[in-house]
Amino acid sequence: MPGHSSIISVKGLSKQFGGFKAVDGISFEVRAGEIFAFLGPNGAGKTTTIKMLTTLLDPTAGNIEVDGAPISEKDRVRSSFGIVFQDPSLDDELTAYENMEFHGVLYGIERNAIKERSARMLKLVDLWERKDDLVKTFSGGMKRRLEIARAFIHEPKILYLDEPTIGLDPQTRNHLWDFVKKLNRENGMTVFFTTHYMEEAEKAADRVAIIDHGKIKMIGTSAQIRKFAKAKSLEEAFLKITGRDMREEEASGVEEMRMHRRLWGR
Amino acid sequence: MTSVLYAMWLRQLKRYWRSKPRIIGALGQPLLFLVALGFGFGPIFEKAGGGNYIAFLAPGIIAMSILFTAMFAGIEVIWDRQFGFLKETLVAPVPRWKIMLGRTLGGATVAMLQGIVVLAICMLIGFSPQSLLMLPLAFLFMFLLALLFTAFGTGLASMLDDMQAFPIIMNFLVMPIFFLSGALFPIESLPEPVKTITLLDPLTYAVDGLRGSLSGTSQIGIIPDLAIVSALSLIALAAGSWLFSKIQV
Repeated sequence: MPGHSSIISVKGLSKQFGGFKAVDGISFEVRAGEIFAFLGPNGAGKTTTIKMLTTLLDPTAGNIEVDGAPISEKDRVRSSFGIVFQDPSLDDELTAYENMEFHGVLYGIERNAIKERSARMLKLVDLWERKDDLVKTFSGGMKRRLEIARAFIHEPKILYLDEPTIGLDPQTRNHLWDFVKKLNRENGMTVFFTTHYMEEAEKAADRVAIIDHGKIKMIGTSAQIRKFAKAKSLEEAFLKITGRDMREEEASGVEEMRMHRRLWGR
Repeated sequence: MTSVLYAMWLRQLKRYWRSKPRIIGALGQPLLFLVALGFGFGPIFEKAGGGNYIAFLAPGIIAMSILFTAMFAGIEVIWDRQFGFLKETLVAPVPRWKIMLGRTLGGATVAMLQGIVVLAICMLIGFSPQSLLMLPLAFLFMFLLALLFTAFGTGLASMLDDMQAFPIIMNFLVMPIFFLSGALFPIESLPEPVKTITLLDPLTYAVDGLRGSLSGTSQIGIIPDLAIVSALSLIALAAGSWLFSKIQV
């Protein structure tokens, strides 16, 4: 059950890329043991925030404290969390088991514990039979499951999930959430995830922060947010709060080409 | 914590071993150079009083294969960034220099193994090292050379964030380093300006040291070669791990 002490505490956090403010002075607290969602349209600053929380990007301004340590104590902060990135971060040329083993060694886990936990986690995500296959032979869903399994080897206090269900079929998506909720309930693991799926935030999260244009618009339980926006659903509330205009992420060349093809060709 | 170094090292070796086309490709090129240049220019080289060209060329070709493999191993950081694996190592609670050192040692080991295979091929073609006692020294030069360029490649790749840079590096950096090193021709009779350039090329000293220990014909001297290559390797390691630790994704 969510406690009241905060495990992540963010004050006045900003990140600027050239003239563009990706994250603009946000502050929030995540309580130990809760499931916290960052809900926002594309390009709202969700991934940039996660990157700063996980020491991958240095903030332009502001303070972050994770599990009692300032973000500048990088190794201490790094050992407190596990992360599943938006795009895969596995080594394709290694087998599933080797990826697990490698992770365990990086986090200083003892040999036997690596073996035992890898076996348990791989069975849990239904990949035990495929453990000796190279990751490059896996489908997108299998890779995602493997990454989630991997993030648990060092039994982190905090789990970050950056858009965890993008590209997954409904079966896998449900499976994943059951599993994350179970770990949250049983081990008291704090979960911080980003998404732009309303129903996901509504179903899984204890509290939701709505972020747009690098600023937090509102934080609360989804019931509170609905009530405040006088909306029937979280989606309606979200649209009321963030507006209806479509967002553009900075598109790469390839994405632009795909877009043109979608628009002009068939 | 040596286990982190070992894990990074082992990963590089596994990746290399599992990519057979890469091994074949990396052996094909030196073989081509050896056969085409060795047999093509050999008779002319001998007529001009240069002695046995294979004995001269073999250390240069060994150095070439180490240079290419080492640079490639270093540049692999760009691959890891593109395919996401880099992030996995960057969020781990391990000092970044350890990650860098582990992967550099792995890459250097691969490059050195590659050099040893090329040495074996050279011996099949008719090259024979002047003395077996000098072989350990030759291996030392091979390892330092591998370390120098893997670390250099890693540092370089740490500053770049897309794959487009890769062919540019290969064409405008690796090729000149190779061709201007005295791997293919003696440097003493070069015109002064060209000679100056070759003396600024780190590969020149590695090739010369290797040639000194394998064929017994060093133009600069084995001791200065060893000192310069060792110093450059340490600098490349220090600079490379600093650049690697500054990566933001």
